[in-house]
Amino acid sequence: MYNPFSLEGKVLLVTGASSGIGKAIAIECSKLGAKIIICGRNKGRLEATNFLLVGNGHQQILADFQQEEDINSIVDQLPIIDGIVNCAGITKPLPFQFANKTVIKEVLNVNFVAPAVLNQLIIKNKKLRNGSSIVFISSISGVFCSSIGGSIYSASKGAINGLVKGMALDLAHKGIRVNCVNPGMISTNIFSEGVITKEQLADDEKKYPLKRFGKPEEVAYAVIYLLSDASVWMTGSNIVIDGGYTLI
Amino acid sequence: MEIADFIKNVAAQYEETDTCEFNANTRFKEKDEWSSLTAMAIIAMVDEVYKVKLLGEEIRKSSTINDIFDIVKSRT
Repeated sequence: MYNPFSLEGKVLLVTGASSGIGKAIAIECSKLGAKIIICGRNKGRLEATNFLLVGNGHQQILADFQQEEDINSIVDQLPIIDGIVNCAGITKPLPFQFANKTVIKEVLNVNFVAPAVLNQLIIKNKKLRNGSSIVFISSISGVFCSSIGGSIYSASKGAINGLVKGMALDLAHKGIRVNCVNPGMISTNIFSEGVITKEQLADDEKKYPLKRFGKPEEVAYAVIYLLSDASVWMTGSNIVIDGGYTLI
Repeated sequence: MEIADFIKNVAAQYEETDTCEFNANTRFKEKDEWSSLTAMAIIAMVDEVYKVKLLGEEIRKSSTINDIFDIVKSRT
């Protein structure tokens, strides 16, 4: 059957696959024929994602992005792959005056330093085939706008956007493409710590022209496009998926 | 922990309201400058000073400074 978005035969690494957007990406990519290497910090939840993957030959790697040795261990365990989807991310809603060095280091480490180092090591160790596709889940926050208490999160996502452009240039000669997806608020458990109330989230939801938050699969579909050969002439770009939020 | 210090710490999260306007019975969400940022600042202050994780929902359900003080005290 004709399908320019097929991922048949591709081996893909998905980080942050134990929950939220990463989980949906792993599942949707498996439905299009990819072999997925899922990576996450929670064994039970990673197992749950693994259970939902379609097809055979998938692999699990338990790793915590706050631990440097875990990043090295991911690279050691990897076969040769055809794509990377960087989803692992955290947020700590804090007014700027409380965003101290510890918080800055923690958020930037998980959202920026760890994925940058992981991708660097994968490339250096020649684990990524030429002609592959790398996708980073950035955000509208830090690139097009920000949110109350979101300064450090925004900084980390802005950093990802810069990284993507530079990587795209440096890896173009290998035919490796590097792109970003920039979602608005997606219904996940990222605010499960409870600093933001359900009421505040409901109010925020009303600000979206399409009148709801996004679903994790709606981000996954854009990632599928970027991983597939349909986007073979696209690199260093951003796909904004935000229900129209940044229009107003 | 002392209520007097707690009141001072909560008052410090307000920029325009005079500190002397705050006491244990102050309905802290009824101040003109109250916003979701103030709520976030109180949660962050309680975490930093008292090492207690407050939820946004607990701020929402509290009316007076004393209400939050009781929650924080019960966890220290």
